[in-house]
Amino acid sequence: MKKIQRLEMVDICKSFHGVHANKDINLTVNSGEILGLLGENGAGKTTLMNILYGLYQPDGGQIRINGKPIKISNPVESISHGIGMVHQHFMLVQNHSIIENIALGYKDTPFFFPKIKIRERVKEFSRQFDFRMDLNQKVWQLSAGEQQRVEIIKALLNGADLLILDEPTSVLTPQEIRELIDILRRMKADGHSIIFISHKLDEIMDICDRVTVLQKGQIVGNADTKDMDKQGLARMMVGRDVSFKVDREKLEKGSQVLSVEDIHVTGDKGLPAVKGVSFNLYKNEIFGIAGVAGNGQRELAEAITGIRKIDTGSIRVNGQNITNMSPRKIYDYGVSHVPEERIRFGIAPGLFLYDNAILKQHHLKKFSKRYFLKYNQVKNHAKTIISDFKVSTHSINNQIRNLSGGNIQKLILGREISEQPDLLVASHPTYGLDVGATEFLRQHLLQLRRQGSTVLLFSEDLEEIFELCDRVAVIFAGELMGILEADDQRLCDIGLMMAGSKRVGDNTHLPENNQV
Amino acid sequence: MEEIIISTIQRTMVAGTPLLLATTGEVLCERSGILNLGVEGVMAVGAVVAFIVTMTTGQPWLGVLAAVGAGMAISVIHAFASVSLQANQVVSGLALTMLGLGLSGMIGKPYVGRPLSIKMENVEIPFLSDIPYIGQAVFNQSPFFYLAIVLALVSWFFLERTRLGIQVRSTGENPKATETQGVNVDLVRYWSVIIGGGFSALAGAHLSISYSKSWVEGMTAGRGWIAIALTIFALWNPGRAIWASFVFGGIFVVQYLLQPLGISPNFLAMLPYIATLVILLVISFRDPRKLNAPAMLAAPYKRGER
Ligand SMILES: Nc1ncnc2c1ncn2[C@@H]1O[C@H](COP(=O)(O)OP(=O)(O)OP(=O)(O)O)[C@@H](O)[C@H]1O
Ligand SMILES: [Mg+2]
Repeated sequence: MKKIQRLEMVDICKSFHGVHANKDINLTVNSGEILGLLGENGAGKTTLMNILYGLYQPDGGQIRINGKPIKISNPVESISHGIGMVHQHFMLVQNHSIIENIALGYKDTPFFFPKIKIRERVKEFSRQFDFRMDLNQKVWQLSAGEQQRVEIIKALLNGADLLILDEPTSVLTPQEIRELIDILRRMKADGHSIIFISHKLDEIMDICDRVTVLQKGQIVGNADTKDMDKQGLARMMVGRDVSFKVDREKLEKGSQVLSVEDIHVTGDKGLPAVKGVSFNLYKNEIFGIAGVAGNGQRELAEAITGIRKIDTGSIRVNGQNITNMSPRKIYDYGVSHVPEERIRFGIAPGLFLYDNAILKQHHLKKFSKRYFLKYNQVKNHAKTIISDFKVSTHSINNQIRNLSGGNIQKLILGREISEQPDLLVASHPTYGLDVGATEFLRQHLLQLRRQGSTVLLFSEDLEEIFELCDRVAVIFAGELMGILEADDQRLCDIGLMMAGSKRVGDNTHLPENNQV
Repeated sequence: MEEIIISTIQRTMVAGTPLLLATTGEVLCERSGILNLGVEGVMAVGAVVAFIVTMTTGQPWLGVLAAVGAGMAISVIHAFASVSLQANQVVSGLALTMLGLGLSGMIGKPYVGRPLSIKMENVEIPFLSDIPYIGQAVFNQSPFFYLAIVLALVSWFFLERTRLGIQVRSTGENPKATETQGVNVDLVRYWSVIIGGGFSALAGAHLSISYSKSWVEGMTAGRGWIAIALTIFALWNPGRAIWASFVFGGIFVVQYLLQPLGISPNFLAMLPYIATLVILLVISFRDPRKLNAPAMLAAPYKRGER
């Protein structure tokens, strides 16, 4: 018997600075059921779940467990009621090791020598959810995908009766997502209740029994997934038809934009993270790098954009050697960057939205004069981004950390793309975007490509890679396993390549055509 | 010569004891994310309370207990201001120092210059104290000395090897994440500040009833501030605090050794403070990520915000 047979949220209201984030929300989830919570970016999903978890106090309304009203004033109480949560923004202590992070939240952590027991528990658990990571690594050394895995493990180990998952899969690979889904199914069979938030409708269709759809803080629909399809869900969310397929017309490659020659980069772990990678990118192309998180993607992206020093090798942009230049110089040569961890590297959370709209661009003539910023222009620029990229916020005089995750991502994208860069280095750019925004972004990337830009796309999401990219490389343990045209048959083996067990050229007698 | 060396080592241990106690307390407090600049004031309160109670009751250990109690009580002010009110911790800590110094001066007035006849006996550790040279210097010391070392080791063990220790450290690194894991951040911080205060007061008690056996206003002489610098020098690790404190104890003692060489005593009196500045300077060149400073040190935490 689980403690929570039925959880209800009744007439929940919450507003921030007079703007409703949740209004009269009613929602029920039963034991042995998976409820999907859908809605556009900024619809109020995270806010609602934070209320359930005791992080926010509702302005009005009631939470009931098995029909009995309860008050949840902090996470200590929600946990004792049997509620657990995977947060959209990683709740990890960066300077601590993975094991310490798990020990912090695990319910049966012993008082003395906690790490020993946790190590055993994790080992036991990793038979279900692949967790081959060195537990002594510090969290700041991990990539976004690895951090997401730690977050999931943390929640699953506790095995809460009601588990809330707020976009748990945004930077996982398809294989990892499958493992997670299997575990959730098993929990469901055991009588746990689960609330699952995601913008990936396939997943929602796959595991949820019911969905509740939010729009601008209010419920606009409930449905059983068995009577629905993906299109219908999308329509309920954004109120229009969304196309999931994009048309990528054939374009002739233009001149060479980026050339990366045999670069070696050391990672945060102090070990080589990128080992002798070379490739060239051309105008009018989108080049995808697929791989399991933590195989050198982050270090490669950071090396190209100047955030990380290169040990050996060289990088040229439009013929200009930019090796180990400062990020700002590299930006001036036309390279934009959408980093993988938006909160840590993409924004200054405490600054206003308009300040964040010109990071790395503040020195441009149009935004500043000598020592002073031209705040009128800056604010206008911010407003343009907000309207072009449909960032939902009540004002530009708002600290950016108050925006919802997807809206922060939209602002970063707007900032990096609106200046028409020669080269855009983007790490999972659709991270946390809703279906409408994803469609918009994909169109936008294709438009950039048409206009002569080059995009270097890092993603764990294979579908995204196949849809957008002209050429695809697979990275494993810091090396490229091969570079293939998007229509190359050998891409069927991409799974094997991502696991490092196959290289292009293995078992074939085709010439290595990957060094273009 | 032999005698000089032995007595120098011995005095170094004595001078380092209050520094170690106060530093350990400050490490515990800062590890939870609260900067407490009130060490100097709490130390003074501890010193005066210990002195008065010992003098009137004739029980030094009662004096120590009273001092620790008083130090913990007065630290609640800082905990309340910085945790409950989310006030600026620098301001609140400075206020605590001023309050403590003023208060101790006031209540200690009638006792200024009165010698303490009750003595705390040195503890001689059997066998170890027979080691030539260092035996007598290190293993025949006041109980405070052993207490300081044991408490520092226990604190290290507590922080690194217990569940509560992980919770304290996480609170200082990322209170938001810590809260979501079901830890009462405010409670952890309150207790860290209060216990840190107890340590500072213990350091003060050592000064008045063991080190100088008398009370004068301002007898803490900046040792509280040095403890705050030592916290940084020890990289927020109570284990490292042990040797850091005794290195500084040595600098205090070296003054007296160098005096016969004709160096101005005023200059020599500056040595510990100059050493503090030099250390802070050297530390600031290190890679900040290797510094171990609690990430959210001195940042107030407001619940219910992103
Ligand atoms: N602490 C806060 N202060 C001010 N505004 C807030 C705060 N928390 C949330 N909001 C606002 O509430 C609205 C809903 O945000 P929420 O994070 O719940 O959206 P979401 O549905 O989770 O979106 P996403 O899919 O992008 O994660 C947003 O407009 C956001 O700006
Ligand atoms: Mg959200």
